Amino acid sequence: MTHAIDKTNFCNKQTRVALRNCGIIDPENIDEYIARDGYQALAKVLKTMTPEQVIKVILDSGLRGRGGAGFPTGRKWQLARQIVPDADQKYVCCNADEGDPGAFMDRSVLEGDPHALLEAMAIAGFAIGATQGYIYVRAEYPVAVKRLDIAIRQAREYGLLGENIFDSGFSFDIDIRLGAGAFVCGEETALMTSIEGHRGEPRPRPPFPAEKGLFGKPSVLNNVETYANIAQIILNGPEWFASMGTERSKGTKVFALGGKINNTGLVEIPMGTTLRTVIEDIGGGIPNGKRFKAAQTGGPSGGCIPAEHFDIPIDYDNLISIGSMMGSGGLIVMDEDNCMVDIAKFFLEFTVDESCGKCTPCRIGNRRLLEMLTKITEGKATLEDLDKMEKLCYYIKENSLCGLGQTAPNPVLSTLRYFRDEYISHIVDKTCPASVCKKLLKFTITDNCKGCTLCARKCPVNAISGAVKQKHVIDQDKCIKCGVCMDSCKFSAIEKK
Amino acid sequence: MKSIEELNAVKEKTLARLNGNTVRIVVGMATCGIAAGAKPVFDALKEETEKRGLENVVVSQTGCIGMCKYEPLVDVYVPGHEKVTYVFVSPEKARRIIDEHIVGGQIAEDITVASVE
Ligand SMILES: Cc1cc2nc3c(=O)[nH]c(=O)nc-3n(C[C@H](O)[C@H](O)[C@H](O)COP(=O)(O)O)c2cc1C
Ligand code: SF4
Ligand code: SF4
Ligand code: SF4
Repeated sequence: MTHAIDKTNFCNKQTRVALRNCGIIDPENIDEYIARDGYQALAKVLKTMTPEQVIKVILDSGLRGRGGAGFPTGRKWQLARQIVPDADQKYVCCNADEGDPGAFMDRSVLEGDPHALLEAMAIAGFAIGATQGYIYVRAEYPVAVKRLDIAIRQAREYGLLGENIFDSGFSFDIDIRLGAGAFVCGEETALMTSIEGHRGEPRPRPPFPAEKGLFGKPSVLNNVETYANIAQIILNGPEWFASMGTERSKGTKVFALGGKINNTGLVEIPMGTTLRTVIEDIGGGIPNGKRFKAAQTGGPSGGCIPAEHFDIPIDYDNLISIGSMMGSGGLIVMDEDNCMVDIAKFFLEFTVDESCGKCTPCRIGNRRLLEMLTKITEGKATLEDLDKMEKLCYYIKENSLCGLGQTAPNPVLSTLRYFRDEYISHIVDKTCPASVCKKLLKFTITDNCKGCTLCARKCPVNAISGAVKQKHVIDQDKCIKCGVCMDSCKFSAIEKK
Repeated sequence: MKSIEELNAVKEKTLARLNGNTVRIVVGMATCGIAAGAKPVFDALKEETEKRGLENVVVSQTGCIGMCKYEPLVDVYVPGHEKVTYVFVSPEKARRIIDEHIVGGQIAEDITVASVE
């Protein structure tokens, strides 16, 4: 019998690269990071490599951005190095805005291993020729901010940030910028505008940040988890990294497992692991003997993966091909009690709230889309509306200015693709198969009723009538479907359908 | 720091400290752990080790191991033994860990991760 957490099913199917130090070292003590080979990669780079060699290693590793789109990191660095050869200043930025609802992969790295980020940013600085870095971190992450602050101070004290690091002539420093609290500030051009001190609104690309980024200078922006892989790639070699994963997605990915799953938490798996392994083996399956219905990845930009794709290896391209995306790593499991129309509506409500309003397709289009979805959940839509809705989705995707609008319809499109029958039930049969959409629910009292009168007394709108010891009835015209009666009945005599 | 030698010196010194004769009690103190009540656990562990004058016992913190549902989590590293992970630790359980495991040398089996897996 073992009493170590590492030996549990939850842990032993994982491979920890980005999270290798989380839960092991004291994040407020730079010495413990150094004890786990911390800053060795920076030393190796500064003492033995050229910027071009560093970029080649990252290119060869196959590392792709973990913040959403999966752009090859080495390529991004190469562009920032080459595109404006005579730039007087360049910047290295880190996206620690982590805005997806339910996501906390990046927070975990920031709080558990902040030096990994600093070391990687310094390496990126050397590679592209920058001397200054910025970490843009959510203000809602006070613990992360505090630990980053401590880490930066300790690194400066040791001379691992600042002037002439390792006596190499290379200087690099990092400052923290607090996020403005809007989801759209995680978009790269909005993030840079926000660091510059303006309202965080996206701007058209091109020009891309590699050419004209922060303060108009060539800049690289990478996600926290992307950076967390860098030092390990430098130390262990690109072949080591590329040996993990699939043909076009190398290394590992961290997921925040949530929803209807026994082991909620943070998992890091090699790319190419199947959804089945993640949900059944690591996640411990679905609670209460319920049936798996779908897994949602990619947050508000992503989509739902139905049971028929349970054995698909998780990587960037596979997820796209089945209508979802990797996103930053949220993985929400849904069972038979989840209504897919309601899920689509949940994500769309989020994006409608977070749209910055700069362009019409996103500002107005998504609001119209949400209205249509709401109509469906209330049983007021027609099949014609469904077609219109689908067309609108594609219109919004094609005409929005930034990624927020371009991806906002994805949760609708993917649920339409796999769960169209649920939409049809709402529209044609006026029922919600999962019994979620309130307006379509009907509460009725069965013959189990003992006539105890409790429900009648609890109902906030006096919709229930009946004499003592007689079966009670609900007036459907008055009922506001609050569910109070069902919760209060001690004889399970009230049904929701 | 000017050289790799200096970096390696820090590494060796720290490894010697971590792998030396001290018993280490490590509390998961990321946001998830703190939200579940890791701070009072940390304080209780500190207080109890000090009260008992346990000289070669160090209480420290770490980030998130990922198993949020068992939080607060406490790892105990006794030199020469496999790490022991305690789950759902409260200040009372923290005192039990010191009493039974650290002082008494007996793993408090009913509150380790094996008891819930
Ligand atoms: C609306 C929106 C929000 C985004 N939010 C984040 C975020 O919170 N964190 C992140 O790393 N990337 C986010 N991105 C992606 C970034 O624009 C950018 O692609 C990424 O940070 C690049 O880093 P990577 O190549 O390492 O993934 C967001 C994109 C959009 C369109
Ligand atoms: S797509 Fe939406 S979030 Fe992006 S610029 Fe347009 S209105 Fe703003
Ligand atoms: S609470 Fe239940 S048993 Fe009592 S009157 Fe209402 S339905 Fe009947
Ligand atoms: S669902 Fe609410 S409103 Fe409807 S009958 Fe029950 S208690 Fe009354």
